Amino acid sequence: MSDSLDQIFIHAKLWLLSWLTGLPEWAVQTASALINIFALLAVFLTLFALISVLERKILGRIQNRYGPNRVGPFGLFQPIADGIKMLIKEDIVPARADKVVHFLAPVLIAATALLALGVIPYGRNMTPFVIDGGILFFFAVGSTTELAVFMAGWGSNNKFSMLGAMRAIAQMFSYELPLIITVLPVVMIVSSLTPDTIVAAQNGYVFGFMPRWFAFTPWGATGFILFFVSGLVESNRTPFDVPEGESEIVAGHMTEYSGFKYATFFMAEYIGMFAISGLAVTLFLGGWHSPVRALEVVPSYIWFFIKLSILLFVYIWVRGTLPRTRIDQIMNFAWKFMLPMAFTCIIAAAVWHYAERGLRGWLWSFVVIATVYTALSILLDTRRKFARRTYRFAE
Amino acid sequence: MNSAAFIVIAIFTLAAALSAATLPKLMHAALSFAVAFVGVAAFFFLLGAEFVGLVLVFVYIGAVAVLIVFTILLTRRDIEKDRGFNWAGVVVAVAVFGGLGWAIFKTNSISIAAPQIEPLTVKRIGELLMTSYIWPLQCVGLLLTAALIGALVLVMEEKR
Repeated sequence: MSDSLDQIFIHAKLWLLSWLTGLPEWAVQTASALINIFALLAVFLTLFALISVLERKILGRIQNRYGPNRVGPFGLFQPIADGIKMLIKEDIVPARADKVVHFLAPVLIAATALLALGVIPYGRNMTPFVIDGGILFFFAVGSTTELAVFMAGWGSNNKFSMLGAMRAIAQMFSYELPLIITVLPVVMIVSSLTPDTIVAAQNGYVFGFMPRWFAFTPWGATGFILFFVSGLVESNRTPFDVPEGESEIVAGHMTEYSGFKYATFFMAEYIGMFAISGLAVTLFLGGWHSPVRALEVVPSYIWFFIKLSILLFVYIWVRGTLPRTRIDQIMNFAWKFMLPMAFTCIIAAAVWHYAERGLRGWLWSFVVIATVYTALSILLDTRRKFARRTYRFAE
Repeated sequence: MNSAAFIVIAIFTLAAALSAATLPKLMHAALSFAVAFVGVAAFFFLLGAEFVGLVLVFVYIGAVAVLIVFTILLTRRDIEKDRGFNWAGVVVAVAVFGGLGWAIFKTNSISIAAPQIEPLTVKRIGELLMTSYIWPLQCVGLLLTAALIGALVLVMEEKR
């Protein structure tokens, strides 16, 4: 019973494909790919609509106000109203803009964001596109985003846009390094770049109750935190939203976009956030495995989406809590702290592996990480004490 | 199926490369250059060399193309100016094409019917890189680290 519930979507797809028996091989393959694409789009665009209203609700709660509550019950139909508004808005293209590049930038950014979703295992046998180097595909596609952001900034022919694009590319490049390097220990330990193999390697329990997720090893926990912070930067979220800080440069590279093109950028940003959280779940949080053995009857995809929603909630929580950082602080943090810590993760993972992956390895890799962390915090301490802020004109 | 895909990708890549060579605006040329890279990566995918294709996208679109557009952005102020036909470029292009063609036709080991080889998986590439080719890999790593440090030294603020 639970097994058939677990595989219900697979069976549904096979049932749909059974209508096509007798057609040539390539037609069936195309149909199969199209079903996957439609499923992905349906799920994640719905999730985008949901999260856009939930984010405003949660932010409202954090800031002690109601949030959207006019459209439908509890304001839940807000995304529909927003969507209609975005669709009927006038699409303004600046007269001096580079029309082709200006048009192609949102298309490219949305396409790359959606492509990245394709390699994540959402449940048992539920990877839309199994690619041998799936992790590499994810980052290869993700690195194209920078070009799209540049196209948006350059094509708009606007100072704010260009400045925003420069800031975005600078911080995305800097954080892509720790992002990829924190993935390396997982790839090393599993010795595979395929997301399904990485999920399969996190099956089972240590001591009979603790799931064998990489987030429960010292190097995995550190790597997960580093990955999460880098993911925050990659998706341009607060506290790392200088590329589109409203109070400084209007909306960064999206300044000259209006109507549906702006909505496309907005969507791409959220889809990128889903993709990077999905990869974090896959790499460190055991993918679609359940955390407790007794709850393994719950279908695998439900576990995946529970973990994904927890991560997304933390994203929103961070946005509601932390103020925006300065660009030099972001850069210093990337190169002086994140990068050395990411390299330490590799060494700690190697130590864990060669100490037979048991309790001894756990302790040794913890020692490695604690040593480097302490050394870094002593080294980077600027001895600047918190002082009471003095205002010249206010008070 | 495969030959049809080959023709489509070839037309796509050649069109992108041609527009990279002929478009009047330098930025457009650079962007179509990136599109040509996508075409080449698609060739590698078609040939079953996924890893090479992915690395091509990763390095050439994610890094090299961004580097090119940034160099254009930061250096030339007169990018819109028409400079007339560049004959020196033609000479260099023909020379490179001739040299490559000559080298390919002189090579004896290329046979038209490719021998059946086992598929080159990412795992095998990784194992080979970590065993047989460990020293070249280390040398490349050293070189790249040196380049990184050199770049940092170049942009470092001078202490007074």
